[in-house]
Amino acid sequence: MSAPDGGARAPEGAAALAGGATAQQRERATTIFEKGAPGRRAFVAPQLDVPHVDGLIPEQLRRAAPPLLPEASEPEIVRHYVNLSKRNFDLDSGFYPLGSCTMKHNPRLHERVAALAGHARLHPLQDPRRAQGALELMFNLQQALAQIAGLPHVSLQPSAGSHGELAGVLLTRAYHADRGQQRTKVLTPDSAHGTNPATVTMAGYEVVKVGLDAAGGVDVEDLRAKADDSVACLMLTNPSTLGIFDPNIEQIAEIVHGAGATLYYDGANLNAIMGYSRPGDMGFDIVHFNLHKTFTQPHGGGGPGAGPIAVSERIEPYLPRPQVVRREPSAPNGASRLVGGPPTFDLDHERGGPDTKSIGKLRGFQGNYGVFVRTYAYIRSLGAEGLKDVSEVAVLNANYLLARLGERVGDRLPLAFGERCMHEFVLSGAPLKKELGIRTLDLAKRLLDHGMHPPTVYFPLVVDEALLIEPTETETRETLDAFADAIAAIVAEAAEDPEIARNAPYTTPVRRLDEAGAAKRPRVRETISA
Amino acid sequence: MLDAIGVGSVEELFESIPAGVRLQGAIDLPPGQPEQAVYAELRELAARNVSAEDEVTFLGAGMYDHYVPSIVDMLMSRSEFLTPYTPYQPEISQGGLQVMFEYQTAICELTGLPVSNASVYEGPSAVGAAAYLARLANKRARVLVSRGVHPDSRATLRTLAVGYGMTVEEIGLDEGVSDLGALRDELGDDVSAVVVQQPNFLGAIEDVGAIASAAHEHGALAICAADPLTLGVLEAPGNQGADVVVGEGQTLGNRLDFGGPSFGFFAASEAHLRRMPGRIAGETTDVDGRRGFVLTLQTREQHIRRERATSNICTSQALNALGGVVYLSWLGRRGIVELGELMLQRTHYARETLAALDGVRKLHDRPVVRELALALEAPVDRVLDRCAAAGVNAGYALSRAYDEYPDGLLVAITEQRSRADIDRLAEVLGEAVAAERSAAKAIA
Repeated sequence: MSAPDGGARAPEGAAALAGGATAQQRERATTIFEKGAPGRRAFVAPQLDVPHVDGLIPEQLRRAAPPLLPEASEPEIVRHYVNLSKRNFDLDSGFYPLGSCTMKHNPRLHERVAALAGHARLHPLQDPRRAQGALELMFNLQQALAQIAGLPHVSLQPSAGSHGELAGVLLTRAYHADRGQQRTKVLTPDSAHGTNPATVTMAGYEVVKVGLDAAGGVDVEDLRAKADDSVACLMLTNPSTLGIFDPNIEQIAEIVHGAGATLYYDGANLNAIMGYSRPGDMGFDIVHFNLHKTFTQPHGGGGPGAGPIAVSERIEPYLPRPQVVRREPSAPNGASRLVGGPPTFDLDHERGGPDTKSIGKLRGFQGNYGVFVRTYAYIRSLGAEGLKDVSEVAVLNANYLLARLGERVGDRLPLAFGERCMHEFVLSGAPLKKELGIRTLDLAKRLLDHGMHPPTVYFPLVVDEALLIEPTETETRETLDAFADAIAAIVAEAAEDPEIARNAPYTTPVRRLDEAGAAKRPRVRETISA
Repeated sequence: MLDAIGVGSVEELFESIPAGVRLQGAIDLPPGQPEQAVYAELRELAARNVSAEDEVTFLGAGMYDHYVPSIVDMLMSRSEFLTPYTPYQPEISQGGLQVMFEYQTAICELTGLPVSNASVYEGPSAVGAAAYLARLANKRARVLVSRGVHPDSRATLRTLAVGYGMTVEEIGLDEGVSDLGALRDELGDDVSAVVVQQPNFLGAIEDVGAIASAAHEHGALAICAADPLTLGVLEAPGNQGADVVVGEGQTLGNRLDFGGPSFGFFAASEAHLRRMPGRIAGETTDVDGRRGFVLTLQTREQHIRRERATSNICTSQALNALGGVVYLSWLGRRGIVELGELMLQRTHYARETLAALDGVRKLHDRPVVRELALALEAPVDRVLDRCAAAGVNAGYALSRAYDEYPDGLLVAITEQRSRADIDRLAEVLGEAVAAERSAAKAIA
């Protein structure tokens, strides 16, 4: 978004920060269904090169009236969607410190290699003998993720973090069932991502919340009281969504394992600890990775992602099918098709044969391979040292930004817990609301006029008027300073005139939207005339 | 920066990690590489795959080699669509939100249902998600699924049903389509949903209306998994009584990508709007009365409703759904019918041509579109190997998923497979079957 339209409330320097909407961006929105004209088209059908036969579909099964898709030319379609794109803010244009979402730079090398025909046009059911490159890549990625997690076995299949969570809780269920145990509860701390409790319900368990201690970590005494033999699992994010590494993690693991339950690691915050600690070292049984967070798969405005899982030995028998395996040429059972050559790679659909304990499939085929290609390229680019650098700079950047904000607005926006943070931190907007009468929401909306994406707001739920800020390692010191300046400017402005923030934004393609009205009278599709 | 923080080193910032859980040494990974070396490695891996670019392929069985128009690549790679997060700040996300709204409109049009969400992961897990909606809607625990539904969809449904507290029973096929008599025998007032696929895994056109009516007689939901690209010529399942229509969106402008990422679509009747999984974009106005779009009905969702959410989905497939709606705009109102008709005619031609070969017959006689099933009088795996050696991927061996079709071959047709390609397949397949039959005779 560029060139301000001279909006009355554009902050100074807004143009430089790319905060203003153009007249074109502020035109009334019209959909592709309202564009075009009858008979207009982009698609040219291949010629019918076989004899035409009538009546191939019984009349009552043939479509009576065609779907009312758009009728537009290619230039119209391109212009429509390019103009729509200009009504989006994106990571390539500006700072995006959305906490827990890890909005780091997306290297374009990854897009280039994922688009190679050998990857992009490879059919998922291609004979494994003719998909050796893809299977080797997946095998190597499994190995690399196992090293990063500190756990021996990996399944790449889940499609996103929440899907990995579901896999993990279903693995837990299978593990307990195999021991003849009917456990009914899963523990989640108050600071958990919403996906954790939602997953627990979908996996057929009851959610039991565990409190936090004064430092923002798990309340160990509360955990001890609740961890009995009805508990199947504790789901934990470490560092937590408060940006705090739980110093009692060893004790937590001991309590959970002592109760016979599994310990699940929500990998959304893995970006903070690579090279310093591994979930396996902390005692976790199951980990999911968000390849669209730590490993740079672009977020795409809400996906695609991928949520592979790594597990301990005791969970391994239950992993989803198929699994990518390496077969050595000297395999005694004759499984290998080559003798004396290099190893080959295959998909193991059986996982232990007819008596398999695998939970089965979680989706079609093998997973989001295109995401695996990008992740593999990233890990090969960085190596072990590079990944450690990632975590160091992510934590350094977060602490630097925390310090700068502390100097400037610490009284109005205090850190919710502790003094320092890992890769992200939570500020409370409660004093700002009390003293200046502007809410976290207003602060966030005013940031839009400064050309920056706001932090995650009102999450985690345990902090009043929360702002969850995650700068990531790919931002410069200048950008962090500019963000601190913007926040300080908004707070100073609110001290003069809180109405400005309360009515923000002013320079965006649309202003505050009636979300309550949208939910009350849902209009979720365009009405089209034939 | 360290001075501003008040520490002497970066390591100090990691002091909260207890010694007992610290990694000793480095992660065991090869050292990093410059961009050009990584490109070379990934290119070398790609070169060891035989893609749809390298052979004449008739392999389908859930994902299909359709042409992806250049404008789809161009729009999907724009930074403004590629790099944002889920649109939590609607004032600066109108582009993505409007794309979702347009996508939902297109899916409603295709499926014949009034509401759609903004995408789910992919096809088979969408079938699972539909069963969960049925569970929420009528609290019943039995799901009946036709064996004409994709094997991965049935497998995924079985996995997820354990968590939902549901049981899954299969209804067999009769002459290529779901056995309506067997379905009626199994239906009862404890059945939550019936799941069918259109066209089914064998390419056969199902009578979705008859199946939906049978389900409704017992208060069960009718769920249909559909191939969206056939819905220009096949009646919309929503118009035939299906309550929920889901499916794999890969055929709509998405790449094969060895199985993903693509997207799943999810549409339903109005009564189920508030039980839908995932994101939904809705239309509204801003404070100046300007038209705009927001994520709506968020009280269904995990970040608000937590353990009482209608699904746990957060990141789904927004970029792939963008590819879908751009593709459908490109294809257009006439193109969806023309492409469906082309696939219908070529599928018929291929079936008649191939079934005329010695040692090859139709697996069933039902009307088919986009895919056809044959039975070979020769070992299918060996025939496939012979065809591959001649540069033709003849399709999918049904024995991989169906014990009842040990000699079955599934052949997929797209607009990219011309009559000349089909004739080439006939030549290669005929020779391969003949060679295998004479080899078998020689041994006998």
